[in-house]
Amino acid sequence: MAVVASLAAGLMLSACATNESPTPTTSSGEASATAVTVAPLSGTLNAGGSTAQTAAQTAWRAGFQTANSAVTVNYDPVGSGAGRSGFAAGSYAVTGTDDAFQASEMTGLAACTSDDIVEVPAYVSPIAVAFNLKSVTSLNLDGTTIAKLMTGAIKAWDDPAIAALNPGVTLPSTAVTPVHRSDKSGTTGNFTDYLSQAAASVWTYGSVQTWPTDLGGEAAQGTQGVVASIQSADGAVGYVDESQASGLGVTTVINAGGAKVSPTAAGAAATLSLSTPQAGRGATDLAYTVDRTATDPSAYPVIMVSYVVGCLHYKDAATGTLAKAYMSYVVSADGQAAAASSAGSAPLGSDLIAKASAAIGLIS
Amino acid sequence: MPSARPHALITGDGVWRAVTWAAGAVTVVILGGVAAFLLIDGVPALRGGSGVWGLVWPLLFGSAWAAVWALLFAVPIGVGSALFVTMVAPRRLGGLLGGAIDLLAAVPSVVYGLWGIFVVAPAASVVYAWLSAHAGWFPLFAGTPSATGRTLLTASLVLAIMVVPLISSLSREVIALVPKTHIEASLALGATRWQAIRQAVLPQAKSGIIAGALLAMGRALGETMAVAMVLSSSLRVSVRLITSENPGTVAGFIAQNFPDASGLEVNSLLWLGLMLFLLTMVINTVARRVLTKGVSK
Repeated sequence: MAVVASLAAGLMLSACATNESPTPTTSSGEASATAVTVAPLSGTLNAGGSTAQTAAQTAWRAGFQTANSAVTVNYDPVGSGAGRSGFAAGSYAVTGTDDAFQASEMTGLAACTSDDIVEVPAYVSPIAVAFNLKSVTSLNLDGTTIAKLMTGAIKAWDDPAIAALNPGVTLPSTAVTPVHRSDKSGTTGNFTDYLSQAAASVWTYGSVQTWPTDLGGEAAQGTQGVVASIQSADGAVGYVDESQASGLGVTTVINAGGAKVSPTAAGAAATLSLSTPQAGRGATDLAYTVDRTATDPSAYPVIMVSYVVGCLHYKDAATGTLAKAYMSYVVSADGQAAAASSAGSAPLGSDLIAKASAAIGLIS
Repeated sequence: MPSARPHALITGDGVWRAVTWAAGAVTVVILGGVAAFLLIDGVPALRGGSGVWGLVWPLLFGSAWAAVWALLFAVPIGVGSALFVTMVAPRRLGGLLGGAIDLLAAVPSVVYGLWGIFVVAPAASVVYAWLSAHAGWFPLFAGTPSATGRTLLTASLVLAIMVVPLISSLSREVIALVPKTHIEASLALGATRWQAIRQAVLPQAKSGIIAGALLAMGRALGETMAVAMVLSSSLRVSVRLITSENPGTVAGFIAQNFPDASGLEVNSLLWLGLMLFLLTMVINTVARRVLTKGVSK
């Protein structure tokens, strides 16, 4: 037994040695070629959280690891809630979350020296109100009408409220089948936040991540479940990430200013730039209250804002350096472009990039 | 006495005994560990006053309701196919068919889920519209029929196909145990094939068939992925079968809500898991009772 063990150990050592020798040369070669960083970054950064960010995080990891070949970034799409508790427990140095940290969650953070965090919007995506109606390809709807459709108050598509917003469109008398997420999700949270802001008189359920039990309608698991349900039923309507709505009818939303806006990256960016950071938070905590009643003609109000979070001061300096570099890349123009092309998100505007970069610059 | 045996055999006996003891102990320890984990991490949900019982009852009802309907479809198919394979079909065809039924058990549940969403549900929605129009007065078919077909009845149909191999293979085993002479005697007395099956085969195979059905029920209660994907679930208690507002199931609810759960919500989900664990355990105990009764006969 002892012989086998020592043999195995010897093999592993030699394997490590042969693996490791080329790595520093390539990374130092790249560092000198780019001549930006003082010392090449190396090590492993463990991140995890929001499932909505999965595709974007994959793009960011790929981009960051290509530029820093000695760094490994892991992202565990465990969900926002599990991500935040994992961050508090120190298992993730960086977390992605669909909801901003609450004050009660910002205590005893294991990886940080203090309870100060750096929280920046990183993944902004328009949410499409998608529908399936034979013979109708586009519709204009306002917040109140969307709320009535989703709560079941409007039962048929030829309802006068819809007809009034769509002159010239021949609406069928098909029954409305509202489709919502059966799982708890940030998409539902942002969509219900929109309804509670834009249609407060109809939507009385607040901003919730789990669709209210009182309401009927079709429930489907995950974005793809909702897409499949809408596709399979004539008269179905629901909410999905805009990047996943291809092939479905997509609503042009009439915003609070009366403007007809399509779900686009530009429209989402416009809404976020008109929103204000939440009061009572630290200087580096850029959690936003999204203003979904903005009257700007380019503002698309149904957007999802998801954050990337790290410590302001890390206990472990090496982790801090990595987290800072990774988060800087995530909110950079390059990082945002990478996420936009692979995940269909809306790149942050230059003013937000500047604010987020400034906050991340304070990480140590 | 042991000294009379060859030495190697005694050593083999000892090793064999140790291995089986260890295997038995491991299963008990793991089962106890799972139960303890669910209990310890689930209890805080009760103290939290988060209304966990408001989740438990609708979801346990949903799990049981879906499983009952799955069995109503699966038992006739399972037993019927077992009888066909063992008693009716030519030996060649029977062997092939038996293998094909067992293969149903090898299909991953996520595939059944996709099949349910893209094939069964759209096809069933046509039937549901008809049922609603012509039998809407019947409480089970009341309410607005689902346009997508992702209803409790559809979920039960998918579950039924998933548990048919359990019932079928167990039934085949017990039917094969019925002495040929009994069947031949019955036929010699002038019984038709159906009469022989009813008089000679089914009474003897009954306990095995029931045990198979109960095992299938345990499987149907715990099935997660296929149900989560197919069923349009809510927290309502409703016996309606063809609407969009169906009761969810425990396993499906846990799978759908765990990823974004935090704090007490996690405890609530674990408590739900414990409740399902207990329900399944009760059913498995019953199945075991019936099974051992059949063996001792």
